[in-house]
Parts: sequence; structure tokens; C-alpha cells
Amino acid sequence: MSDSAAVAAALRTEGADKAALRLDGVTCTFPSPDGRGHTYTAVQGVTLSVAAGEFVSIVGPTGSGKSTILNVAAGLLAPSAGRALAFGQPVDGINPHAGYMFQADALMPWKSALENVAAGLEFRGVPRREAEERARPWLARVGLDRFGDRYPHQLSGGMRKRVALAQTLIVDPKIVLMDEPFSALDIQTRQLMENELLDLWSADRKSVVFITHDLEEAISMSDRVLVLSAGPGARLIGEYRVDLERPRDVAEIRMTPRFLDLHREIWGQLREEVLKGYAQTKLT
Amino acid sequence: MALARVKRLPSRPVILLLQVAVLVGFFLLWHVLTATKILSPFFFGTPLAVLERTWSDFASGVIWYHLGITLLETALAFAIGTIAGIAFGFWFARAPLVSIVFDPYIKAVNALPRVVLAPIFALWLGLGIWSKVALGVTLVFFIVFFNVYQGVKEVSPVVLANAKMLGASNRHLFRHVYLPSALSWVFSSLHTAVGFAMVGAVVGEYLGSAAGLGYRIHQAEGVFDTVGVFSGMLVLTIFVVVIDAVVTVIEKRLLHWRPQEAQTTNAQG
Repeated sequence: MSDSAAVAAALRTEGADKAALRLDGVTCTFPSPDGRGHTYTAVQGVTLSVAAGEFVSIVGPTGSGKSTILNVAAGLLAPSAGRALAFGQPVDGINPHAGYMFQADALMPWKSALENVAAGLEFRGVPRREAEERARPWLARVGLDRFGDRYPHQLSGGMRKRVALAQTLIVDPKIVLMDEPFSALDIQTRQLMENELLDLWSADRKSVVFITHDLEEAISMSDRVLVLSAGPGARLIGEYRVDLERPRDVAEIRMTPRFLDLHREIWGQLREEVLKGYAQTKLT
Repeated sequence: MALARVKRLPSRPVILLLQVAVLVGFFLLWHVLTATKILSPFFFGTPLAVLERTWSDFASGVIWYHLGITLLETALAFAIGTIAGIAFGFWFARAPLVSIVFDPYIKAVNALPRVVLAPIFALWLGLGIWSKVALGVTLVFFIVFFNVYQGVKEVSPVVLANAKMLGASNRHLFRHVYLPSALSWVFSSLHTAVGFAMVGAVVGEYLGSAAGLGYRIHQAEGVFDTVGVFSGMLVLTIFVVVIDAVVTVIEKRLLHWRPQEAQTTNAQG
């Protein structure tokens, strides 16, 4: 039996089938922007797995390649080394099990809120009329039933995020990838959205990979927090299980002693990386 | 405490009144100058004669035929130029090799003053409407082409990635992402494109034809009929204003998703 076959067999028996998402030694190297053949390694040898129904956050300093990891998981970016697996299947091209909520506004500006939510269904061959009928309850679920015919520019930042959330969830992805989805919102709106997300998630547990630079957000929402080192060549350096009770209220849970313990513990490790990352941005 | 004072423009009716006053003032000045013979009515016509000629042209119905011809040429030039511009714009934007190879030639042809092509087109296509349409097309095509090219190139990568993650096939991407993005650029150049289509038609008629507004003006010039020339220009101006208003209405209908003031839709990148 060849080595790779043995590894594959080992992975299967190890419960790779159970993992909704698995990254195996993922390294991403990009050509440097100076265009002189230099290269830049964003992430190095990242291995992680996310169980079905698990909420995992990845925290790390700015520029540590958090989005890169998500793009590999989504199949938008092919890694230079390593591979991504979704439910045991290698990801080749767009990951069909994944929904992606982007950091920046990603709604189609020429479609109304309703049309934006319906888009995913339409792309899957549902007739337009029916897709829009099915999009309506989703808009209601994110509290925007009266705003269906508004265009993205007519909505506030928080409303656009809600539309994006409904747009991502309507196609029922098994894995939801979220790249700092609420980072552009003010703190009140943000906590509202976090609670709403937790509500939606607890109603229908999907695997969530949540990227953030905000440790409090990470702890208050997840089952597990992964810590990424400062780039370049960012690696996973820490893993913490968050054993806080659910259902949670993200504002209240921040006051509990267990939360503060976890925060202290993880921050102890993250702080150094943030300082390293900060020193690097000053250098360049 | 004094509130900060914002300098406010007068209300709409007042502005409209001022605009009409400028027009009336211009005609009045023209009238006074020609009536007192400071300007010779032979060279400058008189506003009353011009208005009277225009009125009688419309009343007798002669002008409608010529207007119709010019309108037809403008519409054909606009339609053909736009469709070709969209098709080639897409092709070039999606095929980098093609765009790099053809880049210098596109630029060279675009830099050429298109008026010099008019006699060639007349030679190839005769003195009928098609030589004018061809001239209009060469003008419209490049405007639309460059805008579509830009529109396809400038599609937000995040919007594109999002559509892909939602399961869009290439055909979906074209219909739901590239085309609307490119069309918003096309429509922002619609006024220019329609204007150029008309320039093509009128210049073509002027240089050799048997009908159209350009032909009318040329005929009048040939017999030193200044009143006829000015009357032709007046009709042309009205024609342009009407077409421009129609374009504005169409634009508002098709681009209702766009913010009214700003050009960009991404308030918070």
C-alpha cells in the first residue's frame, strides 16, 4: 500500500468523515507585490478541523492571514501546499457545502434586498417568482420584511449585514464561513447582530468558522477559539475550548467569571502576537 | 446664538424663470442689434424671421420628413454602436491576450478624427442613410466599448466572490453581475453616446446626402440663406433637447438602484 493511500485510510478512520471542514497543513505563498520574484507566505502549515454543528472562532492580529484561511476553506483560493476537505471530500473549486459572509459589503448593488436574498436560490435553478417567495420569510427572520424592495445603498450598514446573513443562510450551507462580518458596525448594533446570529445558529446548527480580531466576540460566541500567530507565515498556536453555557447573551456573558478567566488566559497568548504584528506594521 | 448660514439657491420656479429670461434676453438682444442694423440682417438673420421660418416648416410638414430621417440614422447608429460596443467590451475584458494585442490599434483608431471617414463611407455605402449610420457607429462604438470594458474590469471582487459562493455559474455571473455592472457604466455615458450618434448623422448628412437636418442646413448655406441656417440650427437644438430628456427618463428607470448623489454604492468599503 502506498503512503498516501495509508494516510487517506488513517484519516478516514480518524473520523475525517465526521469533520465538516478540515484543513491539512495548509500553506499559502503569494508573489510579493514588488514583483521581483520575492514571495510572501501568509499562512504556514495550518491544520484544523471543525465538527458538524460546531462554532469555531479564529482570532489573530491584523495581517495574520485569517481571511486567507477562510478563502482556502471556501475554495476561492487554492493553497500552495496542503489541502482542504469538506465532509471528507477534497475541496476543488468552490466548496459547495460552504456559505461565506464577507467582511466588506458583498451585496449586488443593482438588486433589491429581496432579490439579493433570492439570488442564491435563483442560481440553483429555482424560478425567480418562487425564489422571491421563499426569500420573504428569510427577510422577516432578520427583521427586514418591510425593506424588501430597498436597494443596498438605501439600507444602513447593519441592515446590509442582515441581508447578507439571510442571503448566505437561505441556501442552507452546511458550513458557514464568516470573515469579521460585524467589524464595520457600531458596538450596540454589533451585539444585537451577534445575538441574532446565535439564535439563528442554535435553531439549525451549522458548522461555523468565525474570523475576528475581537477576542470578546470570539469567546462569547464560540465553542472553540483558535489563536493564530502574527504573520508572515502565520501558524495556529493555541486552541481553547469555551465551556460556557448556551443559550448565551453576548452582552451578559461578558460579565461572568468563567468568561473573564478564559479571556485572561487567551489574551495572555494573543497579546504577544498582537505586539509582534504591530511592530511589523511599523517596520514596513 | 446665530446658526450657521447655508447659502441657499432660489426655488425651482425662480430658477426656471431666470433660465427663460436668459433665452428671451438673447433673442431680444439679437432683435435689437439686427433691427438697428448694427448687425446686418443678411449675415445674421433676424430672430423673428427665424422663428417664422421654423414655424412654417413645421406647419407645412416639410421638416418632419427630414427630422424623421435624422432620427432614424441616430437611432440606428446608437443601437448598432451600443450592441457592438457591449459585445467587444465584454470580449476584450474577459480575454486579456486579445485586449493586450489590440490595445495600440484600438487607441490609434479612436484617436483618428472620425469626420475624415465620412467621404469614405459615402463612397462605400452611397448617399443614403447607411453612410451616416456608419459614421455614427464609429463614434458611438468606442464610447460604449471603453465603458463596458471598464465596467467589466471594475466589478467588485467581493461581489463576484459572493455570487460564486452562492452558486452562480458563469452564465449567472454574466447576467447577474457583469452585465448590470457594465450597463451602469454604459448608461452613465448614454448622453454622450446619443449625442455622438446624432453628430455622426448630421455631419454625414452635411457632407453629402439628399435628406435630413444636416442636409437642410447645408442647402440653406449653399444659397446664403442665413435665416434657413439658423432655423435649421434651432430645430436641431430642439431635437437634441428632446432626445436628451428622453434619455434622462430611460436612465432614471434603468438605474433606479443607484444612489442619486454619489457615483459609488459602497459607502463603507
